[in-house]
This record gives sequence, C-alpha cells and structure tokens, in this order.
Amino acid sequence: MSVISSVLLLAQEQPAAPPTQVEAPSVTAIWPILIVLGAACVSVLLEALLPRHLRWSSQVVLSLLTIAGAGLALVIYLKDAPVKGEVVLNGTLVVDRPGLFLWGTLLALSLGAVLLIADRSVEPGGAFVASAAIRPGTIQDRAQVASTGMQTEVFPLTLFALGGMMTFCVANDLLTMFVALEVLSLPLYLMCGLARRRRLLSQEAAVKYFLLGAFASAFFLYGVALLYGYSGSVRMSDIASAAAGSDRSDTLLFAGMGLLVVGLLFKASVGPFHTWTPDVYQGAPTPVTAFMGACTKVAAFGGILRVLQVAFQSTQWEWRGVLWGVAIVSMVIGAVLGLTQTDVKRMIAYSSVAHAGFLLIGAIALTQKGLSGTLFYLLTYGFTTLAAFGVISLVRDSSGEATHLSQWAGLAKRSPLLAGVFTFLLLALAGIPLTSGFVGKFVVFEAALSDGMGPLVVIALIASAVAAFFYLRVIVLMYFSEPAADGPTVTVPGAFTTAAITLGVLVTLLLGVAPAFALDWAGSGAFAIQ
Amino acid sequence: MTPTYYLLLSALLFTIGAVGVLVRRNAIVVFMCVELMLNAVNLSLVTFARINGQLSGQIMAFFVMVVAAAEVVVGLAIIMSIFRTRRTASVDDSNLLKY
Repeated sequence: MSVISSVLLLAQEQPAAPPTQVEAPSVTAIWPILIVLGAACVSVLLEALLPRHLRWSSQVVLSLLTIAGAGLALVIYLKDAPVKGEVVLNGTLVVDRPGLFLWGTLLALSLGAVLLIADRSVEPGGAFVASAAIRPGTIQDRAQVASTGMQTEVFPLTLFALGGMMTFCVANDLLTMFVALEVLSLPLYLMCGLARRRRLLSQEAAVKYFLLGAFASAFFLYGVALLYGYSGSVRMSDIASAAAGSDRSDTLLFAGMGLLVVGLLFKASVGPFHTWTPDVYQGAPTPVTAFMGACTKVAAFGGILRVLQVAFQSTQWEWRGVLWGVAIVSMVIGAVLGLTQTDVKRMIAYSSVAHAGFLLIGAIALTQKGLSGTLFYLLTYGFTTLAAFGVISLVRDSSGEATHLSQWAGLAKRSPLLAGVFTFLLLALAGIPLTSGFVGKFVVFEAALSDGMGPLVVIALIASAVAAFFYLRVIVLMYFSEPAADGPTVTVPGAFTTAAITLGVLVTLLLGVAPAFALDWAGSGAFAIQ
Repeated sequence: MTPTYYLLLSALLFTIGAVGVLVRRNAIVVFMCVELMLNAVNLSLVTFARINGQLSGQIMAFFVMVVAAAEVVVGLAIIMSIFRTRRTASVDDSNLLKY
C-alpha cells in the first residue's frame, strides 16, 4: 500500500501553474483512474520481484485494495462533483455524471470479477494455467493441471483492462478513446488464452478475439482519421459543431462515423458484428468471460452513448435509420441463434448479443431518458451476467466445467440451491418482474417509445419473448428432467466465488424491487459537451 | 501533386489490408494485413494534417505507431503459443469452437 500512496503523492505533487497559459492539470477528478493504473504498474513489479509462492496472495490483496481505493476516491469526489462535469488533462478527459456512473458500475463489477478470478476453491490453483508457456497435450501440461500454481500475471492484466475501460468511458476526444480501447483490449486478448483446462479451445479463442479485435480497431481508427479530416479536430464537441453548421463534404463525416461506430459495435458485440462473441465466451476461462461479458459491455456502451450523444447528435436524422436496422438484426440474431445452442456459455453469449440490441435501442434514443435508461440497463445486465458465469463455473465433471446443456439435466435434484439461483438469474435475463432485468427493459423501452420508436419497441418485445423461451428451456431442463447417471457434480464454492455470486444476485434482486436510488443516480446529469 | 492523391492511396491500402484479412489464411499474414490497415490510416492522418495546416494529425500518427507496436507484442505472443501446439498458423485449422 505504501507504493500506492507514493503513486498518489506523485500525482499530487504536480508543479504549480507556471505563468504561461498552460494550466496545471487538476487530478482530483481522475483519481480513480490514476489509482487503478498506478496499482497495475505496481502489480507488474510484484510479479517481477516476489517469489512465486507469495504472488497469489499479494496480488489478490493489491487488486481488491485498489478497487476499494478507487471506489473510495470516486465517492469522495462525487460529493462535490460539479453537475456540469469537469474537463481534465488539457481536455482529453471529461468527468461528468454519466462518466461517474459508469465508473461506479465498472468498479463494482470488477470487484466481483476479481473475486471470481482469484478463486482457488472450485479448482485447486484457480481457473488459470500454471504456466502459459507449457505446450498443451504434453506431460508437463498434464502435470500443470494437477498443480496448484497459477499464472498470476492475470491480476495486473485485469487492472490494466479496468483502467482502459474507465478511461474509455470518459474520453473527450477520439484519439484518447482509441488508446483506451487498446489498453482495455490487449490485456483481454491475453487473458482469454490462459485457461487451465481445454487449453486448445482457450488459445483458439484468444487468436480469434485478437485478430477480429485488431481488425475492428483498424476500422475505428480509419473512422477517426476521416473525422479528423472532416472537422480538423478529434475533440467530440468540435466534430459536433463542425457537423452542425458547415458546407463541408458529408461523405467524410458519414464514412468516418460509420467506420467509427462499426469499431464500437464490435466491442459491444452488437450483431452483425458479434461473430467473435460465442467462440470467445465459450473458450475463455469462465472468470475472464464474466469480466469480459460484464465490464466490456459497460465500457463499450459508455463509449457508444458518448459518441452518439456528444459528437453526432445534430446529424441524427441521417444515421438513425441505419442503427435501427442494426438493433433489429442484433436482437433477431441473439434470440434466434440462442435457441439452437447446446452449450450454456454459448447460450449466454447469444443472450448478450440480444441484450446488446436492447441496449442499442436505448442508446439511439438521444434523450436524457434514453441515456439514464441505458446506463441503468448496463448496471443490471452486468451484475446478472457476472453471477450467471459464477454459477456456471461451479457445475463440473472430471474434465473441468460441464457446460453442455444435456449435462445440466436434473441439476435441481443434485443441488436445489444452485438451480434456484441460476433460475433467478435466467429470469432476470429474460426480464421477468421483480428482477432488475424487468426494470432495465422497462426504462429503456419507455425512453424509446417517448422518442417515437414504437415499431422498434414492438420488435424488441417479440425478441425478448423469443429469448425468454431459451432461458425457460434451461429451467425446465434443470427441474423436470432426470439427472444422468454420470452427470456433473456441483462444487461447493469457497468464500470468493460465494461472495461474487451473492453480490450479483443481491444487486439483481435489489434493483428489481427498489430501483429508485440507481435510477436517480443514472439520471442525475447529461454528458458534458466541452 | 495534390494531397487528394495521398488520401486515395491511403484508401486503397486500407482496402487491400481489409480484403487481405478476409481472404488470407495464415494468421501471421492476416496480422500483417491489419498492420497495413493501421499504416494506411497513418498516411491519411498525416495528409489531413497537411491539408488542415496543423501538426496534430502527425502527433496522432505517432500514437498509432506506438499502439501498433504494443499490438504486435500481444498478437505475436498469442499466435506463437497456438503455433507451438498445432505446428501451423492457419486460421482454418483453428476450428474447435463451433456449434
């Protein structure tokens, strides 16, 4: 901790404002980011300096303290945060109310994800490979499966990804956004390939995610370049004012915007840019899938909301029709292909594609209601997904996790508690009342209706009905089928996984019963345009 | 020579890269095509900086280069690890994950 405080001291000891017009950077607003990224660097040093047997415990303590510290800094700042938002670091970051809400969501979700990543009770040594350099299928590989070692580099990677996500949500210009996008993506690519078991699948998921992710970020970047050519600046407010009143070529604007949004939609796994999602969700270690599914979705939609609302608000009548189409395609793909899945992780992946469609509906309702509804939906969806993946990691057979749906038959007879919890989470994903999923869908659809998107809401309701069918299919399978004789066992989780699942389930229930507090916070302010 | 030609060249290079990603089968070549796309973007950025009479586009090109270098580190590590297992870098052979 002394190292963290020295990092903080460094941050405090910025030089006083020189007499020129260069202003001294004010860092109070971005302490949460500084803490997370600073601790990520410390965490790398711990990997280099500590002996192997001390690393796991010190990394877990450091990661949890970091997230708690960043959360504390956020709460302290929140007390006297200006409602209009604050521009920091020479205008590259803007800390406003939606940004702070996204930070809070990301920190809370990553706390759960770090608990899942750190767990060593479900599988001795944790879900991560003892040494990533060991070749799969060799004698050493069989030895590492039984060993209790773990590639603890996953903790600094998590912190870097979290820092990238937090920066991504508050980026005020597109170049910062691109750098943050890479800072959040590159650690995730690596984390996908670190599974202890089924390493071929895991490595394949990493390659697919990496190649498609790099392809998508090239599109994002070309969009940035074209918008720079259009407006002479990559600051979002400058693009907005250039688009509002000028006789410049619209080709550059809309080509740039199209490429930029494709890159963002890819990260948010909105169909038809979702092709990586099922493979990566299935192949990655389950705690990483939980982190990815919850936090990346929040960050990516935070970016989409900011880009659409700040930079492209004035041209919405030109592009809105296209995003209508994308939202419909995403909901249909998620709901229909989800029906045909036989693997529970793939099923949740297609469910996330359908949810991305619902979220996009909220994001293209460019009103204050649409903003707060989407933010609230992100919060609810994140916690439900996190807990669902926590539960999935508990159903195991001798070869690791039993994710094939046929293996889940009759699970309620083996473990009524687990089946009950998973049923509750699936009902929340389907959007049944008294769960957070219902309130989330309600606020998003209401915002869309009041912004004149009635037909889209009708399609969304049909898509949620279709999607509800595949959630119910799993519930029926767990309760009304006979368990197979050689079926999987349900592991009794240790403290970490229990805490993560409890956190997810509690938030899902609380936001379903008493959502007012979170809704108020989500609606407390708009994006700062400066 | 007008700067427009550079923009056309950059668009052409970007397209070649994008088509390469879609049709080539070797992961290393696919990755090189992604790098080609990033460098095509650099050319655009520098040309736009010239057209707009600013420096910021050139600075952005430096940022892109640094990010691309970081991406190479991560990408080659991942491709190496899968190559050591399978003795091939063909993306067609990575087909365990499907329905």
